[in-house]
Amino acid sequence: MTVPQDSSAQNSPQDYILRMRDIDMFFPGVKALKGVSFNLKPGEIHSLMGENGAGKSTLVKVLTGVYQKTGGHIVYDDHEIAPRTPLESQQMGISTVYQEVNLCANLSVAENIYIGREPRGALHNIDWKTMSHHAHALLLEQLGLDLDVNQTLGFYPVAMQQMIAIARAIDTQCKILILDEPTSSLSDKETEKLFSIMRSLKQRGIAIIFISHFLEQIYTICDRITILRDGEYVGEYEVKSLPRIELISRMMGKEIKEDQIESNLDKSKPQEQVFLKTTDVTVPGKVKDLNMEIKKGEVIGLAGLLGSGRTEIAETLFGVMLKSEGEINIDGVNVKIKSPMDMMMNRIAFCPEDRKVQGIIGDLSVRENIILALQAKDGMFRHMPRSKQNELADYYIDLLRIKVSDREQLISNLSGGNQQKVIIARWLATQPALLILDEPTRGIDVGTKSEIEQLAVRLAKEQGMSVIFISGELGEEVRTCSRILVIRDHEKITELAEDEISTAHIMQAIAGDYHGHA
Amino acid sequence: MRNFISNLVASRFFQFYVTLALFIVLFGIGSVSFDGFFSPQVFLNLFIDNAPLIIVTVGITFTILSGFGGIDLSVGAVVALTCMSLAYLMRDTSIHPVWCMIMVLFIGTAVGTLNGFLITFFRLQPFIVTLGTMFLCRGLTAMISRDSVGIDNEFYGELAFWSLPIGDCFLSLGALIALFVVLVATLVLKYTSFGRGVYAIGGNEQSARLMGLKADAIRWKAYIISGFCASLGGITYSWIMLSGYTQHGLGMEMEAIASSVIGGTQLMGGVAFIPGTLLGVMIQGTILTIISFQGTLSAWWTKIVVGVLLCLFIVMQAVVTEHKNKLMNLKAEKSSKDKKHN
Amino acid sequence: MDMLKKFSHSSLALPLAALALLLLFNAVFVTDFFKIEVMENGNLYGRPIDILYRASSLIILALGMTFVIATGGVDISVGAVCAISAASCCVLLGGDISGVPQHPFFIAILAGIGAGVLAGIWNGTLVAKLKIQAMVATLILLTAGRGIAQLLTDGQIITVYYKPFSYIGGNIPGVSLPTALIIAFLMVLLVILLDRKTSIGLMIQSVGINQTASRYAGINVTLVLFCVYIFSGFCAGTAGLIEGSLIRAADANNCGLNMEMDAILAVTLGGTLMVGGRYYIGGTIIGAITIQTLTTTMYAVGVSSDRLPAVKAVVILLIIVFQSQKFKQMYRDYMLKRSASGQLEASHA
Repeated sequence: MTVPQDSSAQNSPQDYILRMRDIDMFFPGVKALKGVSFNLKPGEIHSLMGENGAGKSTLVKVLTGVYQKTGGHIVYDDHEIAPRTPLESQQMGISTVYQEVNLCANLSVAENIYIGREPRGALHNIDWKTMSHHAHALLLEQLGLDLDVNQTLGFYPVAMQQMIAIARAIDTQCKILILDEPTSSLSDKETEKLFSIMRSLKQRGIAIIFISHFLEQIYTICDRITILRDGEYVGEYEVKSLPRIELISRMMGKEIKEDQIESNLDKSKPQEQVFLKTTDVTVPGKVKDLNMEIKKGEVIGLAGLLGSGRTEIAETLFGVMLKSEGEINIDGVNVKIKSPMDMMMNRIAFCPEDRKVQGIIGDLSVRENIILALQAKDGMFRHMPRSKQNELADYYIDLLRIKVSDREQLISNLSGGNQQKVIIARWLATQPALLILDEPTRGIDVGTKSEIEQLAVRLAKEQGMSVIFISGELGEEVRTCSRILVIRDHEKITELAEDEISTAHIMQAIAGDYHGHA
Repeated sequence: MRNFISNLVASRFFQFYVTLALFIVLFGIGSVSFDGFFSPQVFLNLFIDNAPLIIVTVGITFTILSGFGGIDLSVGAVVALTCMSLAYLMRDTSIHPVWCMIMVLFIGTAVGTLNGFLITFFRLQPFIVTLGTMFLCRGLTAMISRDSVGIDNEFYGELAFWSLPIGDCFLSLGALIALFVVLVATLVLKYTSFGRGVYAIGGNEQSARLMGLKADAIRWKAYIISGFCASLGGITYSWIMLSGYTQHGLGMEMEAIASSVIGGTQLMGGVAFIPGTLLGVMIQGTILTIISFQGTLSAWWTKIVVGVLLCLFIVMQAVVTEHKNKLMNLKAEKSSKDKKHN
Repeated sequence: MDMLKKFSHSSLALPLAALALLLLFNAVFVTDFFKIEVMENGNLYGRPIDILYRASSLIILALGMTFVIATGGVDISVGAVCAISAASCCVLLGGDISGVPQHPFFIAILAGIGAGVLAGIWNGTLVAKLKIQAMVATLILLTAGRGIAQLLTDGQIITVYYKPFSYIGGNIPGVSLPTALIIAFLMVLLVILLDRKTSIGLMIQSVGINQTASRYAGINVTLVLFCVYIFSGFCAGTAGLIEGSLIRAADANNCGLNMEMDAILAVTLGGTLMVGGRYYIGGTIIGAITIQTLTTTMYAVGVSSDRLPAVKAVVILLIIVFQSQKFKQMYRDYMLKRSASGQLEASHA
């Protein structure tokens, strides 16, 4: 199956409002973008797609001046530009509406739209009356919102705030509007409204870059798609001529070959005994009626696109998020959960997704980071003697081959992969029966990646540990897991077991085309 | 009804209403309990006695409003330094009092400039920076003179005792200046880009920067204003005390912060209403007046009552914020339910 | 050379250097600075002892403050809590001129310390449970604390004639070291014990560095914050007893006045950052002693107590500027430029 690429050669350059060519972006030690191209026509809605770490947000940040590109050219409106600050790009006519609303919640709606360019009265004073009048008219005419514009912004729900942010963006005479996951906090109705606004903006010739994790929305609203993967440009496609399954496979980087089973690892065979079982577990807006079970010595995967709810399931199992309904049974006993500690006592461990924010304690040493969870579990007064700490730290540094100069090195000075290993060590030290790994291989080098995969399988095989492996990279789950739960829109759609497991099947399941074993 | 209360609590002026109600209640208690309490002059005396505190509180409100842990602990010390400099200049030089006053205004402005520079350029915590300048000003005051220096300039005395008759009552020059400062500050905060900028950086600095505001310059100005107000407050303080002394204005920064909070200012920044802070000062003044009318209670009851009020207001702020969040969550949940039905 | 470099990068470098500088100054300009004599009654006497003695309540306060600051908070109520503690103790002992206490001594002491702990519970509840900003939460007690102390003493300065009360701030007969110094020493020991033999220190630092990650690692953040404020209250209660005993009276207005500022200064001087994270007990102690040495030195060279704040202020401001990221960045850039130009010159030659 091949899809005709929408080659830019067919269009003369004048047709584009924006042309980004060979964009490189290096951070110390990381190449975030490698020769990425992106072309935008006036009056089109263009989706930027890719899994986490693919480079979408980096590309957007280069365009909006948050980052300065290391190489390449940006031609906007027939001029080469290199915005140095978000403000600069905004003044050129490139406006952005972020997922988390970037307005001042303590100011009024009208002010948020007009701050910095308020209408003036006779004494150069801010003319509130005119401003309110303009703001009200703008919201009503452009977005069909009838609001009290003198009310504080924070008074309105996030969805409304997002609309107001859009109003601000389009009133600044922008030519390019970037919508970065604007729909993640909106209801269907609100999304519908947003789409009709987007369509009318499109009519007026504004080019829109739309970033969303919801495939449905992409196919409803977008004209073209640019796909990025691992910081590289994959291609530029017409939405109409790109089937969903193709889109997914291009994002994930796997050509679809039917019945292909990739398994380099000798997988773990689960034991009979069930360790954990959930019945109709629900967290409002996060997890819907989850039924699943994990056997001892089993490695299961949670597959789904970003934002599908795979992390939320993990956080619910660890007690970071509290369920409102349903039951969780461990070893056949119904457990009550109020905090992560309750689950730690039930021998569950969780390596969270966001290593920097949720994982490492940056200014503590590797040793302290390793013993932290075990010490928290034991309580403050059952202090582990220093010699025992050293022994434990050394054991795991050795076991996981963590590259450190010595165990007293600050964890913030380690590479991403080694930081991840330290976090895994922290949890292995608590001797868990169930280890949840949420994106353990994100942003780390290939060698370490495969080490972590092997570790997951080895733990299950040798120690009978249950492992939940969450990864955006399907290949990883296919290689390591003996069962895969496919998640979409916060719901488990299906389970794949043994020889059903293949990237093709998973992608079909996510796209909604897979119905049981063929 | 529930809805009404809900909306009232979420309203922009809720804090102001509470402060206003509290002031009326306190003044009412005084009026009912004591003969001669309910008179226009007692009311006007609140402005006369508290003129310095009103001016200083207006200044400190700018710094709190600007966010980033904004606070100006140096104000009390600046008041002392201003009084002492005035007394010294008038005793040991022959400079005309008007020039003296203009000169001392520069002292506060300079301290504010230093505060603002250290805070915005080195991104230091306002608390510790202004703590430093507080010590500095107290020490400098003592370097001029360790003993109390009286002011006996004739012209200056006339200024201090000058008053504007209003019917049977009167207002002092200090009170008039204080009211003028309140008026100007209210207008600046409401009608100038700088004023709205202070709100914006206090509410969400990152957003404000993205919207093109020069956050550092705005914050710096807020500290300069606070310093200026502190020395202006110092001048009015010297009209009451007619002396310079190292212990002048001791603890005034805390009184000012407390007044500001009681007046509805949120210490997180981004929320303040100058007329509210004026009421905050007047509430403290009313408590003092009640205690002085009562006669047997000691002045330290003021501290306890102010502490209790402060506590009430801080907890109320926390609860109101929580309530607002819950209101939001309710709405969000409702919309997610809509989603389910679709 | 390597050791020197290691030392200059260590956290103790700054406070130790400051202290050394001060001592050097004293050695040169103040006669008999280091001389320690034995008095007739067996007590030790001399400036170094005097400095340590006068620094002891500051050391105690600063110990509590170190933990609070390490969690990213601050407790500005400690000075006022000192006053409450002293007042509670003195009220229970009573101002009877005959020197007979109204209640047993140990109950009065417990009441003083208990008042401190109670204040700590109050602060802890506001910060840990209600999640109010630390400075704001402790501002309440700072404002009301001295009023409460006066409420306890009924607005009077209660002078205690009961003899053993004066031992806390003075010397226990037959012991040649001041009691306050011994108490401070015991508190330091307690803190070192807590630091070494329990993992509370690890939890505190972890919470101070990254609250979210600490929660994910199973640490009970609320409990840790709560404990820290209670301990600070405990320290303030103890320091309050010493301060009260020094003047043998409960002076609600002046007991522990501005000591919160000195305690914060001692902690920052000791290398603990105001934003929280790593704390340095040793640095704090040296910081407190440095402040006291500075005070004593200034007195010795004739700077009066009320002028002293100006000197202190310059020290605070310099230290925080040196500690700031921006300054370090500027220094690094400067060094880079210098080495670059040095290389350039070398290549020319």
